[in-house]
Amino acid sequence: MRLELRGITKRFGELVANDRIDLTAEGGEIHALLGENGAGKTTLMNVLNGLYRPDEGTIVLEGEDVHFDDPGDAIQAGIGMVHQNFMLIPVFTVAENVMLGFERTRRFGFLDRRRARADIRELSARFRLEVDPDAVVGELSVGQQQRVEIVKALAREAQVLILDEPTAVLTPQEIQDLFRVMRSLRESGKTILFITHKLKEVLEVADRITVIRMGKVVGTALPSESDESRLASMMVGRGVELQVTKSPPAPGEPVLEVEDLVALDDAGQVAVDGVSLTVHAGEIVSVAGVQGNGQTELAEALTGLATVVAGTVRIAGRDVTGAPPKEVLRSGVGHVPEDRQRDGLVGSFSIAENLILDVFDEPPYSRRGALDWNRIHATAEERMKEFDIRASSINTTAATLSGGNQQKVIVARELSRDIRLIIVSQPTRGLDVASIEYVHRRIVAARDGGAAVLVISAELDEAMQLADRIVVMYRGKLVGPYDQNEVSRDQIGLLMAGGSPAEVVAGGAS
Amino acid sequence: MSDEPVRPGGDSGAGGSVVAAIGRFFLSGNTIIVTFLAFVSALFLGAIIIILATPSVMAAWGRFGQAPGAAFAQSWHAIATAYSALFIGSIGSPRGIVGAIASGDGHRIATAFYPLSETLVSTTPLMMSGLGIALAFRAGLFDIGGQGQLILGALGATLAGFLLPGLPIYLHLPLAILVGAIFGAAWGFIPGILKARTGAHEVITSMMLNYVALNLLTYLLTTALFQAPPRYQPVSKAVADTARLPHLAGPSLRVNLGILLAIACMVGVAWLLQRSTLGFKFRMLGANREAARVAGVNINRQYILAMTLAGAIVGLAGTFMVLGVDHQVASGYGGTIGFDGITVAILGQGNPYGVGLSALLFGAFAAGGRTMQLDANIPLQLVQVLQAVLVLFVAAPGVIRTIFRIRVRGAGRVFGGWSG
Repeated sequence: MRLELRGITKRFGELVANDRIDLTAEGGEIHALLGENGAGKTTLMNVLNGLYRPDEGTIVLEGEDVHFDDPGDAIQAGIGMVHQNFMLIPVFTVAENVMLGFERTRRFGFLDRRRARADIRELSARFRLEVDPDAVVGELSVGQQQRVEIVKALAREAQVLILDEPTAVLTPQEIQDLFRVMRSLRESGKTILFITHKLKEVLEVADRITVIRMGKVVGTALPSESDESRLASMMVGRGVELQVTKSPPAPGEPVLEVEDLVALDDAGQVAVDGVSLTVHAGEIVSVAGVQGNGQTELAEALTGLATVVAGTVRIAGRDVTGAPPKEVLRSGVGHVPEDRQRDGLVGSFSIAENLILDVFDEPPYSRRGALDWNRIHATAEERMKEFDIRASSINTTAATLSGGNQQKVIVARELSRDIRLIIVSQPTRGLDVASIEYVHRRIVAARDGGAAVLVISAELDEAMQLADRIVVMYRGKLVGPYDQNEVSRDQIGLLMAGGSPAEVVAGGAS
Repeated sequence: MSDEPVRPGGDSGAGGSVVAAIGRFFLSGNTIIVTFLAFVSALFLGAIIIILATPSVMAAWGRFGQAPGAAFAQSWHAIATAYSALFIGSIGSPRGIVGAIASGDGHRIATAFYPLSETLVSTTPLMMSGLGIALAFRAGLFDIGGQGQLILGALGATLAGFLLPGLPIYLHLPLAILVGAIFGAAWGFIPGILKARTGAHEVITSMMLNYVALNLLTYLLTTALFQAPPRYQPVSKAVADTARLPHLAGPSLRVNLGILLAIACMVGVAWLLQRSTLGFKFRMLGANREAARVAGVNINRQYILAMTLAGAIVGLAGTFMVLGVDHQVASGYGGTIGFDGITVAILGQGNPYGVGLSALLFGAFAAGGRTMQLDANIPLQLVQVLQAVLVLFVAAPGVIRTIFRIRVRGAGRVFGGWSG
């Protein structure tokens, strides 16, 4: 089905979220919509989805003007959505989730489960989705849940599928599986709108690319005639440094020494399973790995937040195994947690307050139990300038900042203390290209300033680029360390998938 | 720039519990205008209730066809009588006050200021229980145990008040206040430590402790230690004169030092929340528990501290009532003031000064409501309806914004994932 957007404009007060957007996606095409966070992708998608009505412009399906008053209309017209956050009920089976809202009944109002199951099997086989209708959704992996969402859209006879940042939650292998599914959907004539900010993926899977920036279409491109740096500069509006530039490391004394560490996750399961690792002053050690292999718990165990059941953690020679978070932070640790909104910031607090979240009870910010607001505000003004935090004032609440500026607040706070070790988890998750560049530069600068840096990242490229040495975490255990130039991206990718180190590295897979 | 401005239904993910919802409400930054309009709307609804509740006015509406003017005139008369009684009962008649001052007659002046004195007497315990509960709110705790903490505070003050006769007032009074605060603190400490040690929810534990406190009071009033001789009535011995809060405006007006101490507490709580490191920890905990933990705050210790402190402040509500007004406790002492404190805290939106003003308003309602019942024959319950409607409107500002079509910049702005 041919989907055409003509001059779509959507305003929120003074903000023009979509400014005369034109876009044409043919049937049997994977059309990528590329743009930074906040460029207006989500608004455009919600217009297509019937959640918003455009202020101007029309949506044309197969040559006919369509108007959506609500998402139901969009579904009727054949537009299916796969949201970034899945809209599934975890305790229901796949079949029940697919039926939900479109229940077919037999006589006396009984649900026709049998037919739903048959439909799902048929769809699953046709598009090679490998979805079991009787599985309980909560027990499926993230990648499988996403396929359930796709089945849901297909079961409602979607001809146009909109995928909103579908790869954000997937492992590299799952991403390849998704691309395979997308291609098979394309073969059957479906139109796919692939919304993303990831350049590599666009080049790999899209047939055509539309780039938007600040609500406007800034250009279209064909993958065959484009490359990453060209797309990046279209998306950002200026030339960008995609590579991290850094001088060779000058490692000093060991700062973080971890021996045979065993730690539990929230459910009491072993998540960190006998990890040993040393990070020296003046070097960056990256922990690569697919999300969910114990990296979260490793960071928590090192900072006193997770339960340590065995092993030792020494920071600058001092044993801090099982010490409370306060003591770990006091021993000279800066910690940038992976979930900045949940763990790193208090959303309703001002920037100034967030900048002292873990030092408010130390001089010069307080004396004998009383806060010194003059000092706190003065420091906040300095930090805002130094770390390029963009906000109207230090009193702006953190919740209203963009992701990039939120992360800068956290980085400013954690790097401004007297630190010997920095633990940074997922430093640039969900950030725009400019903020990514900035955060990377700060991390390298901290290393050059003599701090030991532990970077934990699920983004393979980021882990590779920042690392002086790299380890791979798989099922709670570490493989490595390797010098950064000793291993290739492919080798690390194989280790992330559980490949045996002896075969992968010694075997010389290139 | 920031993300897309509007996300319909985006807040559903951020923690579904009542406590979380109340926490978000306190942080949402309600405007003064909304509060004022809520007040106006409550009075308007109250007016309708007055019409419905006055038989003669309803009869006039029944004859609307013959005499439409009479229906309006009688309605207006009923409403005006009721609300002016409410006003005169809580503040006094302006003309009477001016006349009394001009006459210079001490007795007349005291009579003219009697309503204001009564308002302040009712305000004092409301302010204290509101402040304690608001403090707990700000630390993310829902203290339903105000009633019990108030009773314990009253018990402690009474005990210290009659057990130690012969002490000079400058020792006895502070001591009685301190004992009242400590008793209240103990009643707050229990839910605090239960939450910290076992994870038991403070809503349940503090509420159950209300029953324990009520029955403890009833029991103690049968013991020789507490019960006033000749032990016929369930009332306690009276506190010694040296433990009583001095009157502020002569013996004929009940207003006493308690109101000034309550105002001092209000300033103290405001300082604590805004200017102290302890208050910073409380606010962090209330706004985002996880971030507080990651930043090194010992969450369990703060829970215990916040509940204990809240208990002490609510305990002082009972203390000031006993030492300032009643001088002895009876079965069921304190009535619903421990619960009204929750309403006051919500209306004041957790802000100590807001709590002070809300307590003053409710104190005026309480004093004026009695006059309204006597003079205008409107049941006291109308005041409770007014209070309830007022709080309802403030707690659901969207209703007021819709009625008055207030457009608020970024009102629809919702951020998922916070503080869940």
